[in-house]
Amino acid sequence: MLKDITLGQYFPGNSVIHRMDSRCKIILNIIFVVILFIGRNYYSLGLCTVFIFCVYALSEIKYRLIIKSLRPILPLIIFTGLLNLFFIKGGDDSLPLWEWQFLKIYPEGLSTSIFMIIRIIALIIGMSLLTYTTSPITLTDAIESLLSPLKKLKFPSHELAMMMTIALRYIPILIEETERIMSAQKARGATLDSGGLMKRARALIPIMVPLFVSAFKHANELAMAMECRCYTGGEGRTRLKQLKTSYIDYAASFFVLWLLTDAVLINIFL
Amino acid sequence: MTIIQTKNLIYKYSIGTPFEVTAIDDINFTVDKGDFIGIIGHTGSGKSTLMQHLNGLLKQTSGEVWINGRDIRGKGVNIRDIRFEVGLVFQYSEHQLFEETVFKDISFGPRNMGLSEEEIKERVLRASEYMGVHESWLDRSPFDLSGGQKRRVALAGVIAMEPQILILDEPAAGLDPRGRNRVLGFINDYHKKAGITVILVSHSMEDIVKYADKVLVMNKGEIFCYNDTDSVFSKAKEITEIGLGVPQITRLAEKLKQRGVDLGNDVYTVERAAERILSLIKRKNE
Repeated sequence: MLKDITLGQYFPGNSVIHRMDSRCKIILNIIFVVILFIGRNYYSLGLCTVFIFCVYALSEIKYRLIIKSLRPILPLIIFTGLLNLFFIKGGDDSLPLWEWQFLKIYPEGLSTSIFMIIRIIALIIGMSLLTYTTSPITLTDAIESLLSPLKKLKFPSHELAMMMTIALRYIPILIEETERIMSAQKARGATLDSGGLMKRARALIPIMVPLFVSAFKHANELAMAMECRCYTGGEGRTRLKQLKTSYIDYAASFFVLWLLTDAVLINIFL
Repeated sequence: MTIIQTKNLIYKYSIGTPFEVTAIDDINFTVDKGDFIGIIGHTGSGKSTLMQHLNGLLKQTSGEVWINGRDIRGKGVNIRDIRFEVGLVFQYSEHQLFEETVFKDISFGPRNMGLSEEEIKERVLRASEYMGVHESWLDRSPFDLSGGQKRRVALAGVIAMEPQILILDEPAAGLDPRGRNRVLGFINDYHKKAGITVILVSHSMEDIVKYADKVLVMNKGEIFCYNDTDSVFSKAKEITEIGLGVPQITRLAEKLKQRGVDLGNDVYTVERAAERILSLIKRKNE
């Protein structure tokens, strides 16, 4: 069902991670991804994994959610794993571990495959931690703030953030509306899940037309409401909730930079 | 003759998550053919959930729904046939309009039934007449009509399937008093002329009292009471206790009674109140 889609999967809380400045969280997340990709061996990868699990413990997010965040990309993980497993050939002196007709598995392939899988998993759970602990609204505020230096280059950072906020706000409304329209048309005997491709595409018209009509109506009403409250864009606008950097952010930055240093040193010496 | 019957009907949302909610709990009720049933209850009392089970849009967690002597989830029963037998009109039904012309939109249901062009045209014209959809609108775009007109077109779209049971979820919501009376009046006329079974879900006691023969009161996913209109509203006190208001005129009659003007305990409509007051005045004058 449509309602099972979780978007903006934010879990409210008051942990150290929740209280961090969302700008800082975004930047540190990017650095974490960089660390994951510069790490060339199991030592740095292991360090990253331990680190991210520690952060999860601090964030008080249930471990069950980690598995939930991995589920949608499971096909990708399996695909990457299999590809590396079968297509990486060892050197001249390495013997295949297993062989069946043209399929051969070398120790190098096995090792790279496991390495890549762990790397992708760490990457995804790191990214989901950001969306689990930061509300979509603060996230867009942070993006606006981070992009604001680009305003000098006439980059519309406020408009972009406002568009994202509005889009996020309207997703649940549109999902609900789609469900209602689908039910209403099904009650009139519409069939949505049978027939050939053309028939199925045509069956979408009774859903898409009313949905677009209502989306335009919502947009119109929202524009009017914004106009009534004298919205003129980002210029001179103040916020109720200011983004503030605190000692938590300095501590977190310290740890991530320490991790980065470790990864570089491991690359050089091990 | 029983046309609708539910047996121990239960529906739960989000099973297996911490958000699990029992929307309707052990619902047993029967509706006789040709009845006009009113359903009232709070937002979230399970009215809409129950309605969507009667034509199989939602699949019950447990229990059975019988329509016309058939279990709708039974073997060999095509759920689509059930949907043509049980017409369901959602709240704000004008949101479902999508075709280029009013005619095409009303004919969407009958066309899905696989009827002949001739039969479709006949049904569209008949439904339009019942719902007061003017013939000159049929070639216009449904999006050019006013809110109340659109609502009537949407209703005609369901009625054109000529279902034996018509379920309406707040068909008059958001209309002005005149549009309200009109839409409900059209439905009532259709009920009388076509002899079909109607289930009207509404917040408004006044509407229910005016049209329904029997009333079903829902509270927290359960049937609070189900009886003919007079006996349900004679329990005005209990109904007020679960947070539903009785018609304004009934409250007025109660207040008058406290002050010594007895209009009787069964005053639910303004018409009846007017009658009683007139007879009281007459008696006084004699």
